[in-house]
Amino acid sequence: MTGGFRTASGGRVDRAKPIEFSFDDVRYRGLAGDTLASALLANGVRLVGRSFKYHRPRGILAAGSEEPNALVGIGARESRFTPNLRATQVELYRGLQAVSQNKWPSLRRDFQAINGWLSPLFPAGFYYKTFMRPTAAWRSLYEPLIRRAAGLGRAPKARDADRYANLYAHCDVAIVGAGPAGLAAALAAARGGGRVIVFDEQAEMGGSLLAETRARIDGRSAAEWLAATLAELRARPNVTLVPRAQIFGYYAQNFLGGLERLTDHLAEPDPRLPRERLWQVRAKRVVLATGAHERPLVFPNNDRPGIMLAEAARTYLQRYGVKPGSRALIATAHDSAYRAALELAEAGVDIAMIADLRDETTGEWPDLARKAGLRVEQGARIRGARGKLQVSGVRVAARGGEQTIACDLLAMSGGWTPSVHLFSQSRGKLVFDEALQAFLPGESAQDERSAGACRGVFRLAAALKDGAEAGAAALGASAPSFAVEDAPEAGGGLVGQPPGSGYDAKAFVDFQNDVTARDLSLATREGFRSIEHVKRYTTSGMATDQGKTSNMNALAIAAEALAKPIAEVGLTTFRPPYTPVTFATFAHMSRRGLFDPVRKTPLHDWAEEHGAIFEEAGLWKRASYFRRAGETLRETHIRECLGTRQRAGMMDASTLGKLEVTGPDAVEFLNRLYVNSFDKLAVGRCRYGLMLTEAGFVMDDGVVARLAPDRFHVTTTSVGVGRVVAQMEDFLQTEWPDLDVWFTPVTEQWATIAINGPMARQMLQPLIEGIDISPAAMPHMSMREGRICGVPTRLARVSFTGELGFEVNVPADYGRAVWEAIWAEGRKLDCVVYGLDTLLILRAEKGYIVVGQETDGTVTPDDLGLGRMVAKNKPDFIGKRSLTTPDLTRAGRKQLVGLLPEDVEIKLDEGAQIVHEEKLAIGSPALGHVTSSYWSPTLQRGFALALVAGGRSIMGARAHVTTMDGTRPAQIVEPIFYDKEGKRLDA
Amino acid sequence: MTPDALRRPPLASFVPPRASRAEVSFCKPATRLTLRGREHAARAAAAFGPAPPLRPLRAVEKDARAAIWQSPDEWLLIAEDSEPRPLIDLLQAALADVPHGLVDISHRQAALEISGAGAARLLNAGVPLDLDLSAFPAGMAARTLLVKADILLWRRGVERFRLEFGRSFSAYVVDILAQAAADQEAC
Repeated sequence: MTGGFRTASGGRVDRAKPIEFSFDDVRYRGLAGDTLASALLANGVRLVGRSFKYHRPRGILAAGSEEPNALVGIGARESRFTPNLRATQVELYRGLQAVSQNKWPSLRRDFQAINGWLSPLFPAGFYYKTFMRPTAAWRSLYEPLIRRAAGLGRAPKARDADRYANLYAHCDVAIVGAGPAGLAAALAAARGGGRVIVFDEQAEMGGSLLAETRARIDGRSAAEWLAATLAELRARPNVTLVPRAQIFGYYAQNFLGGLERLTDHLAEPDPRLPRERLWQVRAKRVVLATGAHERPLVFPNNDRPGIMLAEAARTYLQRYGVKPGSRALIATAHDSAYRAALELAEAGVDIAMIADLRDETTGEWPDLARKAGLRVEQGARIRGARGKLQVSGVRVAARGGEQTIACDLLAMSGGWTPSVHLFSQSRGKLVFDEALQAFLPGESAQDERSAGACRGVFRLAAALKDGAEAGAAALGASAPSFAVEDAPEAGGGLVGQPPGSGYDAKAFVDFQNDVTARDLSLATREGFRSIEHVKRYTTSGMATDQGKTSNMNALAIAAEALAKPIAEVGLTTFRPPYTPVTFATFAHMSRRGLFDPVRKTPLHDWAEEHGAIFEEAGLWKRASYFRRAGETLRETHIRECLGTRQRAGMMDASTLGKLEVTGPDAVEFLNRLYVNSFDKLAVGRCRYGLMLTEAGFVMDDGVVARLAPDRFHVTTTSVGVGRVVAQMEDFLQTEWPDLDVWFTPVTEQWATIAINGPMARQMLQPLIEGIDISPAAMPHMSMREGRICGVPTRLARVSFTGELGFEVNVPADYGRAVWEAIWAEGRKLDCVVYGLDTLLILRAEKGYIVVGQETDGTVTPDDLGLGRMVAKNKPDFIGKRSLTTPDLTRAGRKQLVGLLPEDVEIKLDEGAQIVHEEKLAIGSPALGHVTSSYWSPTLQRGFALALVAGGRSIMGARAHVTTMDGTRPAQIVEPIFYDKEGKRLDA
Repeated sequence: MTPDALRRPPLASFVPPRASRAEVSFCKPATRLTLRGREHAARAAAAFGPAPPLRPLRAVEKDARAAIWQSPDEWLLIAEDSEPRPLIDLLQAALADVPHGLVDISHRQAALEISGAGAARLLNAGVPLDLDLSAFPAGMAARTLLVKADILLWRRGVERFRLEFGRSFSAYVVDILAQAAADQEAC
């Protein structure tokens, strides 16, 4: 019922639970416990995809995460569609919809398989040589062509409907891999009492034990031992078992990145479940028990569907109850394939021949195979596979001559490559083992130990022992021992090109990246000597595959072509992730509304209720303007600007950075931080301050108010406060630890309400207690403490608009109530509320700078016309020495000026270049650039601020300003356009 | 109107996230002072009630007051039984001869508590610290991150944590905890 290749019994699938699914719109049935790969094989489906470059038909090579060929797209709905999943890792569920990839018009008849015929055009490095000329053709012709032809699955078009979770975890021992070695390590560590977390990439823990039908451990079958072991681990409160979790990265200080799949195996997941969870694990010790990958053999057409790894064939049989073929040829250089042959034969698969590439083979498994009457040919040469969409036969040369053996399954083994990916990521040194022909973990770079097959300890009994010792050593506990029967040793192996076969264009080494043995030898002939260069030139071992099945073969072929020993050529670096990770998993909760914190002031809701349109300032939301029905944006600006200039306006200034500086050395500290001198600043008075970087450039500005001899209220720009705090902290900790001064960020402590305009005082007067705000008692640039609406306030008389101005600071919880009280007073006078747009226009009319707009990190106080603020006779301040360097004092530096376009309706572009002439030759230098530009309701015209070379010496001159459509003439003027005498400040 | 009637605390408009293995509750407004200075300032500030601890990453509480170590020269003082002014006056008198900084930050921060068997795990959805009792015992406090928000995390009991954070991060902190709680409900 679930496919003609299903065995009558056996395996870990649940025969009572058939599952319907579809592949390329054809419906099939599998069983609970199947992967998509095992279910397809059970249904006789061999062709599952087309290859990356040549669009060659491909089948299923492996049974685990190392699968390079069987990549599929999964998902019935576009919002949950996922491309490039390994069919060997996709758990079957009811209604699963899978599609093959990289084919057109269909999987069986793929048009671009013509790439295979054109393969001389796609040799190693084809990007670099085939399409070099003509240059223009690259973008218009070659790149789109290649992009369409080469590639894997398609990206989903709909927005991802899922959520993604995160968990930080800590433990004494993290164990990666729950095969025999990992489980033994877990038992030892668990019994030792440490906090243990075990991760395994598969749905079921057990690794090779899940397909183990022969061996007995402690007198029990492997399956029984596994069940008992998992039950013990589960029962222990100090152990966490995390199946379906891929540790994809091993980072510094034993930090592991893991991806746990939570819903991909479910037909109808609980809607509360996130799809995946990112594990960020800090482990005191790590035990890597990541196993080994079987190597393919390199021979012509070794990529045909129906050709698979021998142990994968055995796994499909024993774990999933699937016969991967009916007549098999076993091609091998390792004893373990004999075991596969034996068990396949026992299940009724006809074994046509065991073609052993080795001249002579002894060992328990070969002996058992011979005893069972299987045909074994020693010294065999695999000349090539026959068949196109599926293997139909194999050309084998053996002692009896060369012949074609008919088969629908070719199970191959080149031996085993320890999976040292994570060890290599941990920066551990790999050492080449001549006897095993494998790279093994050498000296650990972190507190880590590898155990079992991933360090070349393959035999079951030895792997269990090794794991137990690793787990015990991690905690200084004692290692349990295990009695193992019926698990014979398997030896052998071959890396690289088998003897007696030439470099063939269709003998694949890296299946996923379509790299052949010929590509590798070509790369060495073209002069690539370093294996890292060979890798990049051929793309072997790159991308999501990370060379799991191909690395050693590729290396051996390159080494042979270079006539160097493998150990000398060395291995390329393994990079994370071990298998692909969903982008959204890295973002986990930081998506959409939670992408970043959205900081709102205590007055935000009021603004929103009154029509504010917001913009971002760092993480803050600030009101740009307050829209009224039927108004254009210019009309809004006119209403807000003129309302403020003629009567009064209110603005939420709460985002303004605020610091409280306290201590006996506060004055000294501020003297060193700012260009200004604060020695003579009286209590209750304010001073506008400029802060420089060490290089002498303006970094931030703000108002410093003295509340007491040893207490200052300091403001900074809204987005600059973090930078200012860092600079203060840096100098206080490293340069001036002797100062008795402390500063505290208090931005959020205070709601700040700015009231500007000739009627500002009238608005405040009725609400203030304990402060005389008359012009004589409270002059411009002063601060008083008292009460407003019955709550404490720090009231400043400052102005960033050029009008009479106050800033009311109240503890933030009171912000809204105080705002509403002032607003109620203001409405009696027809006051307005204004946003950042209006503030910027009003301040620019006065020529007040905005850090980050008039400055760009290369502007000095003198460039801004603020040189008089610099207290040159102070012993020192940050940036002082730099101000005297030749570049910062030379003539011709860009200086702040005003610009009046001759056409009064024009608003120049901010950032536009200012040039000498109306029409300039290409390459002519610019005089400077526009830093701020607005249309002024007060002036009834456009105006701008600009930085212009030698600007102060060419007042009145005519310049030209670039636009998207030619230049426009403008006059260079003083950077102040309104109330030059400053009389309105003292209204 | 009294000042209290004018107050609008930052968490007033939010609903605590619900989780079955952890309870999230919002803390009442409190007086918060930051005390800066050297060791002798901390000693002189014992007048506060709980003496500011000299041991790093520790918090001590007594009645409705707590003193939390924040850095070698910084302590957070929390009082749920006093307005800021009387406390500031008390401490400034006690510290009259000692160089120090004392700043009212009562309104700068908001706070919530998470308690229950699932509290540590809920926090670990966004807090990178090891919250096992062996590594983060009751009485420990540390500045850390909840995903992208700076927080002060104080373990008041085996299964009881208090989070202090900037008031403008209230929505973010609540929403992150709500999502983490939802994520952990089913797995």
